[in-house]
Amino acid sequence: MGREDAVVKQVVAKYNNDKTRLMDIITDVQHELGCISDDTIRCIASQLQISSVDVEGVVTFYHFFTKTPRGRYTVYLNNSAVALMKGRTAIAKAFEEAAGCRFGSITSDGTIGLYDTSCIGMNDQEPAAIINGVVFTNLTTQKVKDMVAGMKAGKNVQDMVTEFGDGANQSEFIRSMVKNNIMRKGPVLFAPYEMGSSLKAALSKKPEDVIDEIKLGNLRGRGGAGFPTGMKWDFCRKSEGAKKFVVCNADEGEPGTFKDRVILTEIPHMLFEGMAIAGYAVGASEGILYLRAEYQYMKKYLEKILGDMREKNLLGKNILGKGFDFDIRIQMGAGAYVCGEESALIESAEGRRGEPRNRPPFPVQKGYLGYPTTVNNVETFCCVVRIMLEGGEWFKKMGTAQSAGTKLLSVSGDCSNPGIYEVEFGTTVQTLLEMVGGRTAKAVQIGGPSGTCIGKKDFGRRICYDDLATGGSIIIIGPDRDLFEIVHNFMDFFVEESCGWCVPCRAGNVILKERLEKIMSGKASMKDMEELESWCKIIKSMSRCGLGQTSPNPIYTTIQNFRDLYEAKVRKDVDYVTTFDLMAAVQESCKAAGRIPKVEEH
Amino acid sequence: MSKPVVATASLAGCFGCHMSILDIDERILKLIELVEFNKSPIDDIKTFTKQCDVGLIEGGCCNSENVENLRLFRKNCKILIAVGECAIMGGLPAMRNGIPVKECLEEAYLKCPTVDDNIIPNDDELPMILDRVYPLHEIVKIDYYLPGCPPRADLIWEALVALLSGKELQLPYEVVKFD
Repeated sequence: MGREDAVVKQVVAKYNNDKTRLMDIITDVQHELGCISDDTIRCIASQLQISSVDVEGVVTFYHFFTKTPRGRYTVYLNNSAVALMKGRTAIAKAFEEAAGCRFGSITSDGTIGLYDTSCIGMNDQEPAAIINGVVFTNLTTQKVKDMVAGMKAGKNVQDMVTEFGDGANQSEFIRSMVKNNIMRKGPVLFAPYEMGSSLKAALSKKPEDVIDEIKLGNLRGRGGAGFPTGMKWDFCRKSEGAKKFVVCNADEGEPGTFKDRVILTEIPHMLFEGMAIAGYAVGASEGILYLRAEYQYMKKYLEKILGDMREKNLLGKNILGKGFDFDIRIQMGAGAYVCGEESALIESAEGRRGEPRNRPPFPVQKGYLGYPTTVNNVETFCCVVRIMLEGGEWFKKMGTAQSAGTKLLSVSGDCSNPGIYEVEFGTTVQTLLEMVGGRTAKAVQIGGPSGTCIGKKDFGRRICYDDLATGGSIIIIGPDRDLFEIVHNFMDFFVEESCGWCVPCRAGNVILKERLEKIMSGKASMKDMEELESWCKIIKSMSRCGLGQTSPNPIYTTIQNFRDLYEAKVRKDVDYVTTFDLMAAVQESCKAAGRIPKVEEH
Repeated sequence: MSKPVVATASLAGCFGCHMSILDIDERILKLIELVEFNKSPIDDIKTFTKQCDVGLIEGGCCNSENVENLRLFRKNCKILIAVGECAIMGGLPAMRNGIPVKECLEEAYLKCPTVDDNIIPNDDELPMILDRVYPLHEIVKIDYYLPGCPPRADLIWEALVALLSGKELQLPYEVVKFD
């Protein structure tokens, strides 16, 4: 108890006894103690003068927090659909054999823990894993053997990274093997730009004029939902509040998206500059970058960039001598897809379970700590920077009527050139497939699992808000893939990531997954399929936030676009099939009671 | 013309739904005029003596006897109706579904402070416990569902009358809302 007490006291003091920094407190304490036991929970609660339940609620909500030790080396192996396509199963087996424990457990000596994790934003270099915060990509069974041998020998994890990726991945502050894979540069994000020039241009305008310029450019949120950015800022500016906040949503958790990873690696100063412009426009002096835990390997580097910008007076007090104050802190997440939803993200940044809030009030009215807050996507802030330099008119000339500018796409799956592509909105799927070397695709998942799965007949459709909306995740599914396995993987993901607050999403996703499994097993009737479709509609319309409103999409859109695949699996000779097996269902209780199951007379 | 035949059963339920059937008050006299009861706790007929038109089942399936009974009902009833939350979703008994059945049995028969013979009952006469509580539709085909805990007497009455008279069922919001 002694060491625990001391660690907790020290960490809590570091965050000024501030309970809204619970995420950081738990992260730091876990870093020291390896896990957050019940005793530690009580310790933290009493130090912060909050209830143990509040602390435990947070500890158990996030994937990377744990109440029991997960090994001195904790391996989180990505289990996204693309990881599976790229041979994840063999890699998992190699880890288990070399380490001597199964996934979901630790070795008997407590050295190595093996755990699954949802998409870590490395779909262009799978299979990939995070070990003690360090990312390992393009894993092979041989690499796994070497790594496990290294862990058993007590090697430093960072020292196991022998080759570095390109660009800033080589920076002494990152030193990561992650590759950028920038395959196509466009005029908005990856054109040359001089740090500070955009902020200078913005500060020479009135805040209202900054917002008008964004409105003129018809900029819409790049996270996928496409809310007009200028309108959001306008609402936030006009909301009453003693303070206001600018939050950058860098929690890109949609499986298959990794574009923010590359922006954060290569043009973070552009992002931070965009946040400062937002601060100026809405009247905020504080910004928060909510960074997903999977990208922790970039944190030191991003802190360095923030430091550089403060030195250049692009952040801090009296920016560029214009009397405008603005600074940014980084808030780490801890592994929860739902925190990509803006109100859940705010809850999390305030040190609570990442459960979405009721709206209204919207974050622009009552957001972080109850103050008006604008939450925008990483890419959106970068677009703002370019609009300040080139103007809204210039920006609007690109793309389509409803979708101005370019979009950064994360392309992965069955194609020869996975990576990121900056393309104009309105690009057809067919054009993209030719660009990325994925002509043979039989299906394309647009917008990740929560988006749309389309087949060949729809490859002429366009990527934009008015047709196929996407936050950037494009997964290409080749001709030999079993579509059901991919859909099933997506449903696994949603069952895992549902926050559990509302019943339609918590229970509904399980129902969807079980019904899908019934279809996959060939035991379903047409009635099952009809019910599956109506469940999709119920869950979409009844769920509280975007997670449940989109989680049926993998099933819903594949039924629409690949109905023949489903019908081939469904029995048409009967209207009802049960999967119930009495003999199997009584095994466990009979064993516990020491009796032999007899089911004949039933 | 002979009257339609109705059978009822309570499986892993609390008989609350049967109470709700009785709650149709004086309409029970009309019901007797309208239908004939076969296997049911209402008239205490223990075994099916003929093919029935309608079977009303309360409760889900928590053991092998429930399963047997349910299958018997499916075989003997033209129309099978799941009555109430437990029949439709598993209900309160399904609260154990998140706990391994072995742990449940140990808690009830070994660890409980008021037991002293410390064995998990294993007589062959006893029904075998299922790994979890199942809603009816996972085991046999169910034709209709009457929601509620319990479904209101009016709902049961209206549903039966509609079914027997072939009229369309009116379901005003008040009859099916539960919050």
